[in-house]
Amino acid sequence: MNDVIISLFASAGYDRAAQGVAGAGRRLAADCGAQLHAVIIGAPDAAMKAAVAAVADAVTIADIGDYQTEICLSALTQICKTLAPQAVLLSNDFYSQELAPRLAHRLGGSAVADGLALNLVEGKVRVNRSVYGGKAMATIELQRSPAVVWLRARAFDPAPLRPEATTAIQPATLDLPTRVSTTIIERKVEAGDEARLEDAKVIVSGGRGLGSPEPFNELQKLANILGAQMAASRAACDAGWVPPSWQVGQTGKKVAPGLYLAVAIHGASQHLAGISDAKNIAAINIDKDAPIFKQCRFGIVEDYRKVVPLLIARLNALKK
Amino acid sequence: MPVNIIVCVKQILDPEIPSRDFRVDAEQREAVRGAANLVTNIFCENALETALQLKEKSGGKITVISYGADSTEDALRKALAMKADAAIHILNDGQAHPDPLSVAQVLAAAIRKLGEFDVVMLGRESGDWGVGQTAGLLAEELGVAAVAFVDKVEIGADGLQLKRQTDVGYERVAATMPLVISITNDEHNVPRIPKTRDVMMSFRQPLTKWTLEDLGVNAAEVRAGNHYYAVVDLFIPVQELNCEFVDGDTLEARVEKFAQRIIEVTGSM
Ligand SMILES: Cc1cc2nc3c(=O)[nH]c(=O)nc-3n(C[C@H](O)[C@H](O)[C@H](O)COP(=O)(O)OP(=O)(O)OC[C@H]3O[C@@H](n4cnc5c(N)ncnc54)[C@H](O)[C@@H]3O)c2cc1C
Repeated sequence: MNDVIISLFASAGYDRAAQGVAGAGRRLAADCGAQLHAVIIGAPDAAMKAAVAAVADAVTIADIGDYQTEICLSALTQICKTLAPQAVLLSNDFYSQELAPRLAHRLGGSAVADGLALNLVEGKVRVNRSVYGGKAMATIELQRSPAVVWLRARAFDPAPLRPEATTAIQPATLDLPTRVSTTIIERKVEAGDEARLEDAKVIVSGGRGLGSPEPFNELQKLANILGAQMAASRAACDAGWVPPSWQVGQTGKKVAPGLYLAVAIHGASQHLAGISDAKNIAAINIDKDAPIFKQCRFGIVEDYRKVVPLLIARLNALKK
Repeated sequence: MPVNIIVCVKQILDPEIPSRDFRVDAEQREAVRGAANLVTNIFCENALETALQLKEKSGGKITVISYGADSTEDALRKALAMKADAAIHILNDGQAHPDPLSVAQVLAAAIRKLGEFDVVMLGRESGDWGVGQTAGLLAEELGVAAVAFVDKVEIGADGLQLKRQTDVGYERVAATMPLVISITNDEHNVPRIPKTRDVMMSFRQPLTKWTLEDLGVNAAEVRAGNHYYAVVDLFIPVQELNCEFVDGDTLEARVEKFAQRIIEVTGSM
């Protein structure tokens, strides 16, 4: 049977998302009696090479420098055309989302977004995904091959290690376009030097109910005590109170912290779609009927302006 | 430099209806409309707003295209009221939610029929099926480059200067036209509210109507809308937790409990 390919970016390392993609890829490969072939885009460090070699049957490295959409798309297309895989799995980072539909088109396959589960049914790949802003789940059957799926990667268990494996690592031979019509000329990181929001253990998140940008400073104090990272609803991002990279939800980050504390966030399904993997959700909201409470372990119905200062004081005392 | 802009929009079931009012018809694999409104997908409006701002600086023309049922005319009238220059309705008389390749093929055929264009803008995804592929597939159908998750478009000396969102921040992209871009939301492209006068005017503006037969696509395949993928199941997952609302006689007592619960769940991490 033809390979299952997983496409990983060297710049991300073998992070939790890459582990999830590899896990999903290994299980799909086992289901169809195929090999798992990892493609790493960029120049991986030794640690990533070793980690990927320990889970895949073969590794191809496409060292094409910093990400440029058209060049990366061309490289992946060439590698996939040579390997003729039956499935190509990617993570749900922005680059992968940008590439996947176009890659599927170039390969004559079908793509699907944000997969939460993968199954092989009578030789066809079926993908479960959340639709209608998280209000419903759909099962999609891909009609063409290869199946190109970008996954809610962190929701998948990592791939098992194969310690005795001697996986071949090959560089890709590529014939890349020299003239392209789009060029990334500046890359700006706004996230600071903390870990990524997707990997945060505790998140303090603010919504439109905060009323203005200033209360985010108060939430930051709360976050500092808890060692938490900050996030926001789309409404707070759209208001320009915090950067778009803070947005959690269907069209923002998909997070999975041990605790997600939602302050003045209503809990629209599109927001909840980003926190369905959180272990505990807690909320401060003035409206006891706010849907966020339906997903909460515990909550407090109160004006955040009264709760937050007291909470900062109490947590400071309890942490001592 | 005047820019010839095409914006593709989609009409969807109001995504803001509360979960408790949301039902699906499992047999048809469709959401039940019930009392909900049909609205223009928000990211499509972000795209139109971005196009309008670009046109205000560069001059040019904005043509809005939509592939959808009869009701789609409302979305196109609204786009005209927001001050798009022309609107084209391609009637979908087939499967209500065709797969994204069928949609991209229809849009590409319509764009080719229109002739020249500089840039096509689409929303990054729709608030109903959230497919997130139309821009990418359309670029491939048209054979042009694409940039995704753009939130700002400016005209430069030799092309477009784009700002687009990434996982960790943003990037600036220099691009030559023709180009397809998918638009995401940010504080600068919140869609404008059309003036009442322009809403009235929009009903008197011409609206071009095309059928699939006018476009020379494989109409039977497009009507079936499932040659790329098929929806085989649609259901509402049930998962509600029992929220413990912290109680106590005073606010202090309630906050104390809330703080303790936070320490409990974060303590073991
Ligand atoms: C296609 C699509 C994609 C979307 N993607 C996302 C996404 O990725 N992420 C996202 O977040 N949203 C997304 N949305 C938007 C989503 O539907 C909601 O509009 C948004 O999440 C609302 O944000 P909010 O809860 O902060 O604001 P609101 O809905 O305005 O809620 C504010 C809350 O604050 C509470 N409040 C007000 N004052 C106080 C106070 N003094 N103290 C305590 N509580 C108070 C209110 O009771 C209310 O519950 C999307 C929508 C669409 C259509």
